[in-house]
Amino acid sequence: MTDTSLTPPSLTPQLDYREMEKSHDLSAIEHPGNEELLTLNMGPHHPATHGVLRLLTTLEGEVIRDIKPIIGYVHTGIEKICEDKAYWKVITLVERMDYLSYYFNAYAFCGAVERLLDLEVPKRAQYLRVIHMELNRIASHLLWLATGGLDLGAMSVFWYGWRDRDRILDLFEMSSGQRMHTRYFQVGGVFEDIPSDWAAKCREFTQEFPTRLDQFEDLIDRNEIVLQRLRNVGVVDAETLLGFGVTGPLLRAAGTPWDLRKAHPYSSYEDFQFGVPVGTVGDNYDRYRVRMVEMRESVKIIEQALDGLPEGPYITDNRKIALPPRHELATSMEALIHHFKLVTEGFRVPPGEVYFPIESPRGEMGCFVRSDGSSKPARVHMRDPSFVNLQAFKSMVQDTYIADMIATLAMLDPILGGIDR
Amino acid sequence: MPDATGLELIAQELRDRDADAVLGTLFYREQATILVHPNAVPATLEHLRGKGYTFLASLHGVDYFPEEPRLGVHYELLDMKRVDRLRVKTRVHTDVPHVPSVTPKWPTANHQEREAFDMFGIVFDGHPDLRRILMPEDYEGWPQRRDFPVGGEAILYTHNELNQPGWWK
Amino acid sequence: MEIVRQKLSDSTDFRARQLRARDMLKGDLDDADLQKHVEESLLTTTLEKASKWAQGNAFMPATFGLACCAIEMMAMVNARVDIARFGFEAFRASPRQADVLIISGRISIKMAPVVRRIYDQMLEPKWAIAMGACASSQGVFNNYAIVPADKFMPVDMYVPGCPPRPESLAHGILKLRQAVVARPDLGWRARYGGEGTEEVLAQVAAEDPGAAAAINVLREGTDGASA
Repeated sequence: MTDTSLTPPSLTPQLDYREMEKSHDLSAIEHPGNEELLTLNMGPHHPATHGVLRLLTTLEGEVIRDIKPIIGYVHTGIEKICEDKAYWKVITLVERMDYLSYYFNAYAFCGAVERLLDLEVPKRAQYLRVIHMELNRIASHLLWLATGGLDLGAMSVFWYGWRDRDRILDLFEMSSGQRMHTRYFQVGGVFEDIPSDWAAKCREFTQEFPTRLDQFEDLIDRNEIVLQRLRNVGVVDAETLLGFGVTGPLLRAAGTPWDLRKAHPYSSYEDFQFGVPVGTVGDNYDRYRVRMVEMRESVKIIEQALDGLPEGPYITDNRKIALPPRHELATSMEALIHHFKLVTEGFRVPPGEVYFPIESPRGEMGCFVRSDGSSKPARVHMRDPSFVNLQAFKSMVQDTYIADMIATLAMLDPILGGIDR
Repeated sequence: MPDATGLELIAQELRDRDADAVLGTLFYREQATILVHPNAVPATLEHLRGKGYTFLASLHGVDYFPEEPRLGVHYELLDMKRVDRLRVKTRVHTDVPHVPSVTPKWPTANHQEREAFDMFGIVFDGHPDLRRILMPEDYEGWPQRRDFPVGGEAILYTHNELNQPGWWK
Repeated sequence: MEIVRQKLSDSTDFRARQLRARDMLKGDLDDADLQKHVEESLLTTTLEKASKWAQGNAFMPATFGLACCAIEMMAMVNARVDIARFGFEAFRASPRQADVLIISGRISIKMAPVVRRIYDQMLEPKWAIAMGACASSQGVFNNYAIVPADKFMPVDMYVPGCPPRPESLAHGILKLRQAVVARPDLGWRARYGGEGTEEVLAQVAAEDPGAAAAINVLREGTDGASA
């Protein structure tokens, strides 16, 4: 069906900015040999692009022949300014990269620094981290579901998804004071212990949430429109995805059971029993189902973690890294000095390089930290899963309709903050 | 991670294939790193693919200012069957920042090499489409190099400046 | 906020008013009574005030989510902090149909011309809300890649926060509504001293030299920057 003799369209058709504005028919300029092709620009301001993603689509009628994502519209230079700040200040910045999975960004960075420091995180802190990360995973998947439903036209899913997401954000607000970008994870543990009835409220949520998921599934799973739009659309085999470096629910939907929580457990994930959903066909419907089941598994993990939450410190005892409790400042001189040094300069990390990967809702999120012995990192790089997953987008939408492209983009779940950093 | 001896074995195999490819090995915090010559990078990655490291997890640039050679490229490899990670590192000077591209054999390197080019100015020879990816197309400068200024706005307390100029005196 | 309770007038007064209304319709009321009736029962205003009231109460925000703040903007639209109760839930995808641009998120230098273009495409009357710290003033990111919104476009309301709670953003929009209802809208150029930046087509300037004291006149064959 594709004519291999077509040369892909040039991205910038060598026209002046004002001339491009005046030209009415870019297709005549860009595809002189083939009048069937039309290059259309979608975005960066577009209701369906999940953020500021620009897609240069070359269409033959309604069928996509070529697509080029252009990114960089929310590039914030986070990695650059991280080099200028003390390690614990970097947590605030790094959280804002993939802005839906802030706990994962923070944990990837904290885990990398803890590895460099060879620091042991107390068990209670590990369990609290797991609970918050799994709640964040559910929140992220709910937002994916809500906006995905909105893209497909099912607006009611938007309202329902946010109803539950607001409850999770209430839990975050209860434990850390902020709904998003909470700066709850610190190097060595968590910032503060959870309030006394947080566990009870969390349990209320986990007891009710599976029924909510049942409601979602009743609404969407066997809906004829959803089946027509998602089944057998955007099929890519696992080989191609692995070549593109795709991980996460996309890879699991294609049949490869790869999950870093199981393969290389970190932060006490080996203590919990949970399943990893794997798809069979690799189409959009499998991607949808994999994420829905992942939400259920996350609920199981949270319940197990709450049941087994050990007593103990919530942050490491090493006063050179973690702030001493405030009541000690009144009595202990060392505590005062440590506090002063930590707040003004920050802790120093021995020189070295470490790459710390974790499983975020979108795939493998890795954090590379290079330290040079001072109190500021010398290089922080996040291997963001959406950035790498976007490369597989073309193979997913090649030779499908534009409407299928919208659905596939929704199922790809890109977060432009992570892509552009 | 391959442990320290496993790392040395791999490095030895690479040296057997190509005597001046491997410039060093490092085993720190249980993570294995092989430092190779830039021209040997594609061959090294192919050899490691043969040994099972079939997944290129991350490709990123690092600026080692003020140590020379200044610019580095890191390739994080993953062996999914044995859950093993290995890092291949290469370093180039700023005056000859050329590294052969691995995109033809590893499609995941496409955007990541463009990002390293955009941020550090490392030119990947053989990349199908080496352009800036995050900054505007006509931007000048390599933002993430350590000697590039951070930029931004000066912080002004404009109320006081406007109403009482020189209020700090 | 104090709630003041007023007792409705008792039935005799009500009946008297009903009879007066009947008489007015019949044409039987004379001057003093007619005056009193009109003052009690009719609402008069100027067209300007009425149009400002209508504009302020029917904002149609443009769907312009850039980054994390967009998520809290979506949270504001949703069921918990429902701005549909104020009438602002009709988010319009096309800037031609929208009148408020809620800049939710950080503006990178690549995106700034796009934002400005969208703002220019909106029709008067239009307003802009800079939501969050990044849009107001670069926020956490004081570096080469981020531009604060008021550097390149007029901003009417700043909502601080990172991200601002949905309630904060709702407060911001309601404050904007208050501002719009209170003050006449002469267009953003009058509010922010942008007179003289209008772009006028060459033939319009030729026909009517004083049409706009414009410094940018678009002539055929050149780009718009020549005067």
